[in-house]
Amino acid sequence: MKHSLTGAAWVFGDNIDTDVLAPGAYMKGSIAELAAHCLEAVDPNFASQVQPGDIMIAGDAFGIGSSREQAAQALVELGVSAIVAKSFARIFYRNALNLGLPVLFCPELGTIQPGDKLQLDLSSGLLHNLSNGEEFQCEPIPEELMGILAAGGLMPFLQQRFSKSDIQT
Amino acid sequence: MTPAQIAPQTLAQKIIARASQQPRVEPGQIVTCQVDLVLMHDSSGPRRVKSRLEALGAKVFDPSKVVLVSDHFVPATDPESAEILALTRRWAKEQQIGHFYDMQGICHVMLPQQGHLQPGMFLVGGDSHSPTGGAFGTFMVGIGATEMTGVLATGEIWIKVPHTIHINWHGELQHGCSAKDIMLFLCARLGMNNNYKVMEFGGSTVAAMSMYERMVLCNMSAELGGKTGIIAADQTTTDWIRQTGQPVAGDALSWQSDAAAPYEAVHDFDASTLVPQIAAPHSPENTHPVTEFARTPIHQAYIGACTGAKLSDLHMAAEVLKGRKVQTGTRLLIAPASVKTTEAATKDGTLATLTEAGAILLPTGCGACAGMGAGAIANGENCLSSTSRNFKGRMGSPDSNVYLGSPYSVAAAAITGEITDPRQFLAGSSQ
Ligand code: SF4
Repeated sequence: MKHSLTGAAWVFGDNIDTDVLAPGAYMKGSIAELAAHCLEAVDPNFASQVQPGDIMIAGDAFGIGSSREQAAQALVELGVSAIVAKSFARIFYRNALNLGLPVLFCPELGTIQPGDKLQLDLSSGLLHNLSNGEEFQCEPIPEELMGILAAGGLMPFLQQRFSKSDIQT
Repeated sequence: MTPAQIAPQTLAQKIIARASQQPRVEPGQIVTCQVDLVLMHDSSGPRRVKSRLEALGAKVFDPSKVVLVSDHFVPATDPESAEILALTRRWAKEQQIGHFYDMQGICHVMLPQQGHLQPGMFLVGGDSHSPTGGAFGTFMVGIGATEMTGVLATGEIWIKVPHTIHINWHGELQHGCSAKDIMLFLCARLGMNNNYKVMEFGGSTVAAMSMYERMVLCNMSAELGGKTGIIAADQTTTDWIRQTGQPVAGDALSWQSDAAAPYEAVHDFDASTLVPQIAAPHSPENTHPVTEFARTPIHQAYIGACTGAKLSDLHMAAEVLKGRKVQTGTRLLIAPASVKTTEAATKDGTLATLTEAGAILLPTGCGACAGMGAGAIANGENCLSSTSRNFKGRMGSPDSNVYLGSPYSVAAAAITGEITDPRQFLAGSSQ
């Protein structure tokens, strides 16, 4: 896991739901196909223009709605490096961490504009807007969950556990 | 005992303490719980966990503790969904899953219908409406597919002990109002960002409700953004469990919040003044009294989903539609929540009432609720639905509009072709 991330900002409002992140109509196809329609209902350009490493900024209840993991997976597929939001829907929050996608709470996100260059330090939770010098303190990811993220997600984390001990299955 | 041990606790705290083998737990603490039962469905289930489990070299921790339901892609509408269902069946067999219900109904309805729930249980489900199980005094949360892999491999899950919000409803609902109206009202009142909170429902209105209606309260706790919903068991709960043919656990009624439990907030509402509620596009939060929607045309009236197509929901719709006809230019689609629901509604004459009014019966399953089966809507069309979510594009084209209402309200709109207060069809029910 890289501790310092740098990327351009994509800015969204409150209640970005799982149906716009992973539209039901494309749920049967591959994740690449689904990702191409990610967020198209709110920003038709997002999927085609987002660059690997870009950072998403959002309001309250990001990922609200269904448990579909593809909502987080589509963002991973598109190369989003982290999401900073005022708050997350809890299943989305868990799904993202489980897929190794850093998600941080930040109560105050000021005036971050789309395209601003951001730098995010995962250990301290410090978010720096390189375009105007503003700084924001996000809640650092809880200790108990850092292990999963550091391993790259729940699967690699479990792999470590299953290779270390022979759990009786 | 030390004061800490006797300090009062909420029902959710008590269940989590038991499942994590701690004397007690406090909100905010992160603990690891043993899972009593796992619910999975065809969409988030085998097709998403099979290869992951194989990659880990892990097997299902205890196949007798897994309930698998195929409900999302049923019946198959194309080769892709047929493959997903075939994979689900193969996996169930391979893993010797104890309880596999193939096309028998929607998972959240199957679980209680088949008697899998006992008060005090700690469950996870691979679906966001997993809180539905909380109506039976259980603690049940939704999780995603990778997390499900972890639970299937280990039988455990980490959880942050939540705060509980106590929501009490008092008095009698008006005829034409239901648990659905309560939940839509609460989405507007409390908002949809009650993240990480447990919604515990109580009060005389809830005590008088059937299990079906209590399920709606817990089901739509998901729309409040809650971690889950919960209702302590009473005689109505134990009667239900008995009629499924299962014995009632000896401690069933002991799973209650303590008298002075540390609720984060307590809300009290008067049920007698509630009027039918409608959520406008594109969020359940966008709810207003039905009377504010005059002249809103409805092209499709939809009765479906775990939220709105149980036997009680079909009864509500039939009560409004009895002896009336669906308006020309409006279609009324009904997808009963389980095969047993269809059977019961056939026996008691409800289905005949609905089809005589002009309703079109769809297969049992999630169907149009998740935009996966029959009943998709076109650009510019309005649908009034008894389901739980109306996010943009959920039921079809991105420029379609989904309104949410109770089965009473959906039936009333089917008759007039526009959003209508259902009470006018119920007041003089002899007409
Ligand atoms: S009926 Fe709708 S809400 Fe219920 S489980 Fe199926 S998709 Fe989810």
